[in-house]
Amino acid sequence: MPKILSIDGVSLAFGGLEVLSDISFDVNEGEIFAIIGPNGAGKTSTLNIINGFYRPKKGKVFFQGTDITHLQADKRAALGLGRTFQNIALYHGMSVLDNIKLGAHSHLKTGLISGLWYWGAAHKEEMALRKEIEKDIIDFLEIESIRNQSVSTLAYGLQKRVELARALAMRPKVLLMDEPVAGMNAEETEDMARFILDIKEERNITIVLIEHDMKMIMDISDRVLVLNFGYKLTQGSPREVQKHPDVIKAYLGQKKG
Amino acid sequence: MRIGHFKETYVSDQAVFATATSRFWLGILFALLLLFPFVAGDYLLFMANLAGITIIGAVGLNILTGFAGQISLGHAAFIGVGGYTAAILATRFNLPFLICLPLSGLMAAFFGIIVGGPSLRLKGLYLCIATLAAQLILEFVFVHWESVTGGIRGINLSPPEICGYVLDNDFKYYFLTLAMVILCVTAARNLFRTRVGRAFIAIRDRDISAELMGINLLRYKLYAFAVSSFMAGLSGCLWVNFLKTVTPEHFPLMESVRYLAMIIVGGMGSILGSIFGAIFMTIVPEAISTVLGLLVNTFPTAMSFLFPLQQVIFGLLIVIFLVFEPHGLAEIWRRIKNYFHLWPFEH
Repeated sequence: MPKILSIDGVSLAFGGLEVLSDISFDVNEGEIFAIIGPNGAGKTSTLNIINGFYRPKKGKVFFQGTDITHLQADKRAALGLGRTFQNIALYHGMSVLDNIKLGAHSHLKTGLISGLWYWGAAHKEEMALRKEIEKDIIDFLEIESIRNQSVSTLAYGLQKRVELARALAMRPKVLLMDEPVAGMNAEETEDMARFILDIKEERNITIVLIEHDMKMIMDISDRVLVLNFGYKLTQGSPREVQKHPDVIKAYLGQKKG
Repeated sequence: MRIGHFKETYVSDQAVFATATSRFWLGILFALLLLFPFVAGDYLLFMANLAGITIIGAVGLNILTGFAGQISLGHAAFIGVGGYTAAILATRFNLPFLICLPLSGLMAAFFGIIVGGPSLRLKGLYLCIATLAAQLILEFVFVHWESVTGGIRGINLSPPEICGYVLDNDFKYYFLTLAMVILCVTAARNLFRTRVGRAFIAIRDRDISAELMGINLLRYKLYAFAVSSFMAGLSGCLWVNFLKTVTPEHFPLMESVRYLAMIIVGGMGSILGSIFGAIFMTIVPEAISTVLGLLVNTFPTAMSFLFPLQQVIFGLLIVIFLVFEPHGLAEIWRRIKNYFHLWPFEH
């Protein structure tokens, strides 16, 4: 399988605090790639580097073969890097529908003037967008009943789902998901896992996933990367990683003596 | 009462006035607005013009501060830029009003973009101070660049003329103001049905995630400043042509604060709120002074403390409003409307 995303020798530091040290890995097209590790291992920082929210001190990021290390975050989104957040980052002043529409921002053309005028091109574009969102996203994620609600009134699990909807509206090639099932109950977790698998299989979107729910990770991911204190511990299939002595040590500690 | 409105197309679901009821009331409102000048006296016409011009300014500030989350203390200065541009173009270059109007907006937008430049790095109170600086600098320019602005004496204009039709009284001017208010309010409402408006709100709510969703923060912040000050410029042009004079004392810092108070009282992030806020802040002080004036007639001896009381009552009213309805008049209006949805039934 061809590589879609490559991280090459990336290091990141906040002042004197080394967050990531010389991390390298490749993500293959169409796979679910999981990043795990104890708290503070640098998982979210890795996603933020890929997104362009942080700039690495050293190293490079490649997306579909091109170097995007110095590309602005909003341009990376337009290239096809979708994102969901650990602490839900929806826009509380907008309805569910508008939140989802916002995801499609880079694919729309309406400018300032045509927006003020609205009738004509902008109207047509908005209606086409609405149709697409209804068909491909709202229907798929089963959120028809809440589309006109304000996001701030929604339950936690639903907010996570709306965030996924917004990320799908970005028409991503790679979807970066930061703890998609954190804080969910078993049923909500199962739903989310099913959505993630469907996204991968039906839409051929590559998924990079951070999660602490080991059962889910082991069930759905194709490959797993383990980070600890900013270092790459190991990488491999879920089964290999599970048995790796360093991983057990990082999670459970070590007997003295 | 209206129950069970079913929408069958996305077009009707996303229409601004989605129901026949709301379109009916809009029609009534429009008819009343057109009838108003034929029944209103001079004083009411004057106030209506003033309110309309203020609405345009308030809608502009609400786009920037209420929707895009960029606090500005320089709004009066942008209105001033529009006003002075209009006056200078009309008196020095003899340009017709219909050309002065958009040029005033564009000039104010230009200044808005310059002042908005630092907004990529400055947020919240820091941006507030930067716009305060712009306000003070522009005020200084209005007063001291005498060769252009006429200093504290200002510039006098003759009444505006549209296609040979001279708007020389408040009655005629009213229709211009009304048309401009409808134009600006519609444009603002439209903007928030598109990606540009959504981007503004996203920047206000969470700028980091907005950027990761593909929004170029600097560009959209500058857009917000541009639209906002463009409307300020239009408002300034209309005001100056209405008063037929422009002086620096029309655009003090207090006026910027008054505009901020307007959108807070009316409702931040609501176009309707800007309208309510502007009307409230224009009409209520006048109403208070009228009532107090009547009281003075009955109790002539109380005059010395009744007049200062004006400001106190006005301030108290604002505080009371904000305590009971922090989301402003627009929210109160929404609740009244919801009540009548099912009226006369309770549930």
